[in-house]
Amino acid sequence: MFDAMAPRTQPDNLRGTNVAPILPMSMREVVLRFGETAVLDGVSLDLGLRGCTVIMGSNGAGKSLLLKLMHGLIAPCSGSIKWGDLAPSDVMVRQALVFQKPVLLRRSVAANVDFVLKARGKGIAARDALLEHVGLLHKSAQPARLLSGGEAQRLALARALATDPEVLFLDEPTASLDPASVLVIERIVADARKRNVRVILVTHDIGQARRMADDVVFLHRGRIAEHSPASQFFPDPHSSVARDYLNGKIVV
Amino acid sequence: MLGEILQSIGEALGLAVALVFSGDPDLLEIVFLSLQVSLTATVFACVIGLPIGALVAIGRFRGRNAVLILMNALMGLPPVVVGLVVYLHLSRSGPLGFLGLLYTPTAMIIAQTILISPIVAALSRQVLEDLHAEYADQFRSLCLTRLQTIQALLWDARYSLLTVGLAGFGRAVAEVGAVIIVGGNIDHLTRVMTTAIALETSKGDLGLALALGIILLVIALGVNAAVQTVRMTAARQAYV
Ligand SMILES: Nc1ncnc2c1ncn2[C@@H]1O[C@H](COP(=O)(O)OP(=O)(O)O)[C@@H](O)[C@H]1O
Ligand SMILES: [Mg+2]
Repeated sequence: MFDAMAPRTQPDNLRGTNVAPILPMSMREVVLRFGETAVLDGVSLDLGLRGCTVIMGSNGAGKSLLLKLMHGLIAPCSGSIKWGDLAPSDVMVRQALVFQKPVLLRRSVAANVDFVLKARGKGIAARDALLEHVGLLHKSAQPARLLSGGEAQRLALARALATDPEVLFLDEPTASLDPASVLVIERIVADARKRNVRVILVTHDIGQARRMADDVVFLHRGRIAEHSPASQFFPDPHSSVARDYLNGKIVV
Repeated sequence: MLGEILQSIGEALGLAVALVFSGDPDLLEIVFLSLQVSLTATVFACVIGLPIGALVAIGRFRGRNAVLILMNALMGLPPVVVGLVVYLHLSRSGPLGFLGLLYTPTAMIIAQTILISPIVAALSRQVLEDLHAEYADQFRSLCLTRLQTIQALLWDARYSLLTVGLAGFGRAVAEVGAVIIVGGNIDHLTRVMTTAIALETSKGDLGLALALGIILLVIALGVNAAVQTVRMTAARQAYV
């Protein structure tokens, strides 16, 4: 059964088990090119054992691509990405990514969760608890693709949690949602974080970043302009682009 | 002159309608055999064509383009050629002659299956590839196996694939070239709607020919309408 408050069955401090830890992550000099243009240009980034890392930056800065690179959906043209001491092929299955635009199956809400549980060889016993956790239990039988934007994001989140991930990537999960939906999603993410799930969140919402972030990565034109603890980033960012961004100036 | 022709067509139509509503057992037999042969061929064509379409849709392998061209070319197989090839295999001196299948409904099912499998494969490939473009990243993120991916694509494309199956059935039930060669249009044994129409027309029995033609049209329209209704219901739930 899914218990939102129970720590992960395999927390990152895998004491007494023989499962190798997935954290920390270390990315070195990663370059990603499409044709001639480098959309990520020498990105180096370290992610610690716990907490929520927020990635910010203007549209087209390369945030979504950075998530997909970390997750292993795309391979860098050069540079390296290392999760713990794991082989690259062992990484993805221990992570989940909620895409910027949720990809929901042409099935009912419940069937969307069942699909993931079954694909991972789990029974569907946890389904109702997962849907309850994201506030969608009463919509179980509804077609998933008729959900509202906020509901669709919550279903995508429930599906991601169904894989029991150790690392959870969220790509602008609350963009264009109403404030109530934003708070619900933040509550779900905060619960996951409390269970020791490592959260990596892309957002444009400065308020949300303040509420969620332990550290902030500011991406600008395919480079990391700044990576600071939240306690320092928001009052006193040391990069000028981040300062302009926080002050509401348009950064391109 | 024109008046005479119109009059004879009018008479034939009248006869046709009377025949359709008379429940003539010979007519019913022909209709049922047609449906039995073509529906069975459609099921086999789906069993063969859908996995091939799915594999090509999600596969990235050398020679994929050649396979695509071949699949599309095979869609336009002329029925008489298929009939001839099956005939050569099943005839008494052919490699499969010992089975004694020539001039049986089984031979007709084989010929139609060969005729429409490429249609099912090629059309489903397109449908599944489009769907996979939407799902691919999500499925990879979930670390699905190839089999799980194919199963999920087939299920999520179910309503579009219904239309694909319908296209295959439509082609099978309407073709005459293959079934007349391997079936032989034997009364009470292998006579189906299209071969009966061909025969009765050549004999000048326009009434029966028209009656069968009307039934063929009604079946085609009916199946189309049914599939459209199912699709519209599914579309209302955003399942298409
Ligand atoms: N498949 C692709 N081919 C070419 N350019 C791409 C591709 N995917 C993304 N890009 C470009 O890379 C840049 C960064 O994209 P993305 O990571 O999606 O930005 P964002 O920070 O808004 O999430 C954008 O300029 C985008 O146009
Ligand atoms: Mg993005």
